Amino acid sequence: MADFEPKLISFLCNWCSYAGADLAGVSRYQYPPNLRVVRVMCSTRVSPQMVLRVLLDGADGVLIGGCHLGDCHYISGNYYTEKRYDVMLKLLQIVGIEPERVRLEWISAAEGEKFSKVAKEFTAKIKSLGPIPTKKSKELAEKLRAAEMASRSFRLTALVSKEYNLVTRGNVYGEKLNDWELREIVDNVAEEEFERAMILQLTKGEKLSVKDIAAMTDIPTARILSHIVELKKSNLISTEQMRGVAPLYRAMKA
Amino acid sequence: MVIGSVMIFGGGISGVQCALDLADSGYKVYLVEKKPAIGGVMAQIDKTFPTNDCAMCIMAPKLVACARHHNVELLVNTQLTAVDGKVGDFHVTLTKKALKVNEEKCTGCGTCALECPVEVIDEYNEGMRRRRAIYITYPQAVPMKYCIDQKACIGCGICQSECRANAIEYDQTDKTINLNVGAIVLSPGFEAFDPTVRPEYGYGRFKNIISRIEFERMLSATGPYGGVPLRPSDGDAPTRIAFIQCVGSRDEKSGNTYCSSYCCMAALKQAVIAKEHLDNLEVHIFFMDTRAFGKGFEEYLHRAEHEHKIIIHRNNRIADISEKKNQDLILRYHEDAEIHEEAFNMAILSVGARPPSESRKLSDILGVQLNEFGFCETDDFTPFDTNVPGIYVCGMFSGPKDIPDSISQASGVAGKISALLKDARNTLTTVPEYPAERDVLGEDPRIGVFVCHCGINIGGIVNVPEVADFAKTLPNVVYATRNMYTCSQDTQEKIKEAIRDHNLNRIVVASCTPRTHESLFQNTIRDAGLNAYLFEMANIRDQCSWVHMKEPREATEKAKSLVEMAVAKSRLLESLSAPKIKIKQAAVVIGGGLSGMTVALRIAESGFETHIVERSDKLGGHLNRIYHTLTGINPQEVLKESKKMISNNDKITVHLSSKIEDMSGYIGNFESHLSDGTHIEHGVTIVATGADEYKPDEYFYGEDKRVIRQTELGEMLAKNKFKAKNVAIIQCVGSRNQDSPNCSRICCFTAMANALEIKKRHPDTNVYILYRDIRTYGFAEKHYNEAARQGVVFVRWDTDMPPEVSKEDGQLVVRVHEKFIDDDIELRPDLIVLNAGIRPNPDNSEIARRLRVPLTNEGYFLEAHMKLRPVDFATDGIFLCGLAHSPRMIGESIAMANGAAARALTILSKPEIEVEGIVSVVDSHKCTGCNTCIEICPYGAILLNDQGIAEVIPAACKGCGCCGASCPENAITMKHYTDEQLLAEAIAAIRGVT
Repeated sequence: MADFEPKLISFLCNWCSYAGADLAGVSRYQYPPNLRVVRVMCSTRVSPQMVLRVLLDGADGVLIGGCHLGDCHYISGNYYTEKRYDVMLKLLQIVGIEPERVRLEWISAAEGEKFSKVAKEFTAKIKSLGPIPTKKSKELAEKLRAAEMASRSFRLTALVSKEYNLVTRGNVYGEKLNDWELREIVDNVAEEEFERAMILQLTKGEKLSVKDIAAMTDIPTARILSHIVELKKSNLISTEQMRGVAPLYRAMKA
Repeated sequence: MVIGSVMIFGGGISGVQCALDLADSGYKVYLVEKKPAIGGVMAQIDKTFPTNDCAMCIMAPKLVACARHHNVELLVNTQLTAVDGKVGDFHVTLTKKALKVNEEKCTGCGTCALECPVEVIDEYNEGMRRRRAIYITYPQAVPMKYCIDQKACIGCGICQSECRANAIEYDQTDKTINLNVGAIVLSPGFEAFDPTVRPEYGYGRFKNIISRIEFERMLSATGPYGGVPLRPSDGDAPTRIAFIQCVGSRDEKSGNTYCSSYCCMAALKQAVIAKEHLDNLEVHIFFMDTRAFGKGFEEYLHRAEHEHKIIIHRNNRIADISEKKNQDLILRYHEDAEIHEEAFNMAILSVGARPPSESRKLSDILGVQLNEFGFCETDDFTPFDTNVPGIYVCGMFSGPKDIPDSISQASGVAGKISALLKDARNTLTTVPEYPAERDVLGEDPRIGVFVCHCGINIGGIVNVPEVADFAKTLPNVVYATRNMYTCSQDTQEKIKEAIRDHNLNRIVVASCTPRTHESLFQNTIRDAGLNAYLFEMANIRDQCSWVHMKEPREATEKAKSLVEMAVAKSRLLESLSAPKIKIKQAAVVIGGGLSGMTVALRIAESGFETHIVERSDKLGGHLNRIYHTLTGINPQEVLKESKKMISNNDKITVHLSSKIEDMSGYIGNFESHLSDGTHIEHGVTIVATGADEYKPDEYFYGEDKRVIRQTELGEMLAKNKFKAKNVAIIQCVGSRNQDSPNCSRICCFTAMANALEIKKRHPDTNVYILYRDIRTYGFAEKHYNEAARQGVVFVRWDTDMPPEVSKEDGQLVVRVHEKFIDDDIELRPDLIVLNAGIRPNPDNSEIARRLRVPLTNEGYFLEAHMKLRPVDFATDGIFLCGLAHSPRMIGESIAMANGAAARALTILSKPEIEVEGIVSVVDSHKCTGCNTCIEICPYGAILLNDQGIAEVIPAACKGCGCCGASCPENAITMKHYTDEQLLAEAIAAIRGVT
């Protein structure tokens, strides 16, 4: 493990954190060479899907850098980043991958030293965690793929995008929603969408019964059935045939 | 003849703002700065109140924009020597001091400064750090050009032998420059008061007494201690610190009797930030008055005191400081009518503002009149006119003020000049011309890679030949080379040649940071017929060679990987068009008060059709009820004059008793329907809706005729109906309380104006002013002093025991607890004047809804940025000014109104504007019209079209990409930062790391 050199991707916003990384250079603050920076205009550009895709492709960790809250060059972009980050962590937790592999930091254009400190800490942290476990475990890789699919779902994307405004500006009834209650709703949706993605993934290659799926995942049978009902409504899964008393299901081709 | 160019003296934030506004309105600008870099005092600031924004983060983009602007010429290290001519046609002679570095050749790489053996005190860090004799003034300096400090240089010759760009020129001499300009702007800024002038504060004698500016540098991440304040005597982090306010301000002894206006807020900000940086730090601030009068400032003060637990001492001037053996400091102060003594580890002197050192010289050469303190003389109604026609002033030189007020004044000057020189608009400006663009659609990517040595900055660590060779092996790369300096002029020619010779259609430069150099290379490839967006950079210096200096092998591998990433992205780059949109060259101004009239006049004088929409049946707003000001100018005459100018200007249409029923469209293309049936197509909208005077429901107001408001007193005095013998003026009625948390800013001034008017007309009348803090900031402080001299009695109360008014046998009785003497006082006035606060216009919420612009919690309009964009809304093409923004004085409203006009003129002055190519686009087949993107777009740049599908207005889109990441249907593509491009870049990195 001592020789493990993690592959780290960092999405930095142009105006603050990328400038902070530049200032680290100007000030010659040294840090390990593992981090690769992808510049975006605003941290809000970084969708959960993008981060999960990068992990699926074999990155050992992802660092997202934005302006400090209230300092966003685009007024409010980083508040959305924060919400997106929460859902990334939630999905990683569902999959069973250490959430520490994705880190969000606010770094200003004047914080060169902070950037190098974060880069050092993050590299050390991922070194101690070792390579991303999906490389060794097919099961985890499958789950991560499902999480990535969940992150693209309409329900989850819509909720995560609206979350900040529902809490701070209020909904169509003029009520401001409670942060924690809404979080719980979003977390639930994340779990459900993940499970549905898992079901679709498993039934892609072979026809499976509810019990088959339950045996392959830890999802209770009743819950699987309810997911299948919803997936059928959206024309994503179909009933193929019966095996004894158990209907068999198969994911429909997109 | 009028010359279409302007010279600005002083490259601080005011000068920069003024330069940008003028250059964007069709004028050539010469920005003259005496130091080697622009940025002024703000470049030294760590954070800014009231948002605690990082100063450099918000300022750097403006500096860079200024340096890149093709109609702004920066003349650094340059000073004024002589001037001749008159308004419209000045002949200016300048002296440019030798930098000893060729500005064209210097790439800013900094190798010279690393090797220079001479260490000098670094002024930027207030002497707490060293710099070299060859230097830049601060790390993000604009322009990023080194220069030799001739006082320190010993002439050893090392820098010349280190410089690979051959930029060092020891024989460079001072240069005389002659220029012809139509107008001159003075924005030379200010200087901090030198605290050694007042030895009783112990500065220079006691080590742990420092100035506010030194403390600011300590708090900065780029400062000497990386943001942690340390005691100068022993380097310990302090646990108890004290701020001493009004050092060299409001001070008879030093002659600076004015208030410096910003120090109260600056101290509060520093206190809050210091507590963030050091846990358990105890911070005391010794105020004379807390002057938190700006937008949101009182709330900041309240939070500092109650949330951050800053200990606030009011009504205090520290009289004596002594030092203990451990170099702690003992401060003696007054509280609860007693003298206290306390020890602190460190004390910070909140030094005030002094006029800039060159003010005398500017005055001598230009004939500009200075006031008694050495600042530029102006008056309330013409806040930026000097006594010399065609010469204007903005920023601190016209009097102490904070950054947003400096910015609005700077824009205001631009508005004034824009109208003055309108006949010469666009005569001296240039538009860069590029050859026709080659269509590369459908061509396979043919990528050219240029790897930079940057002298030894990259080449000394990274094996550059190896990186270039590696680049050649990458798919689609048909050409790769390396250069000593890729940014040098001759390399630009080589890049163009390579594009032609090898038929390249994508260019990658691996060198420094795109933040400073992308646009240079983009212009180069445009010159060779390629679209600017077919360019990508790999940052192998700032984010590679400089941060892995001891690992050349790893740095080389990383540089290769960074090049591979850039190549991967470049393969997917597309040409983006920057469409041009036509501008409807007319303006709508909402509100016909002083601000609205001023904006309209300025825009109309610049030659554009303007509509004023006023809800009442006459122009003038609150000015109709103001009869005297502190400076003695008669507001009624000014009002009459403005009305006459408006009726004489055939470009202005006034719509009285009207309002906006509906407004749609976007920058350059708005459409409004008024209640009077008029339909207007216009390019800009200015909100100048003013505010209202609070109608108190306390203190028998409205019940007893002996209780009146300040405006009623003014009217009573003007109409000779005033008879009272004892007058009690109560301050802060309906301000700084739970309903209206902020300060109304003008009431202390009105109190002084009214009190002095009473004393002038009725010297025997007793006047009592019952106040919490007197906030006569700036030069108005002298009227406070004058009122005290005239025998006005000042009684200080606080919210725990506010004044109580009762009636006893028909007589009005005021009881109040006087804080300073800590005792109860009883007054029996025959007239009580309530200085009622200012409340936002109740129409604001409706207007905000129609214009889709935001309001603050209190109900004022919320500007795009509290510090640097005071008159802009986040939505392009809509501006604000006057009391619609927040309470302000007449002169400030006029300045701001001119500022709003200037910002509007940057749009109106062009028949069409070019839109940024990096925008998002909606795939109409995928979009379901769920509204998510519309709700989250901070710029209102997305609208639902007739088919119920989201549509991006390219003119309004800023390219943040928030909508792209938020679209539940994945229907939005963020151009130039598409999912595919970003993932290609990231995946190339993952494959590359070994």
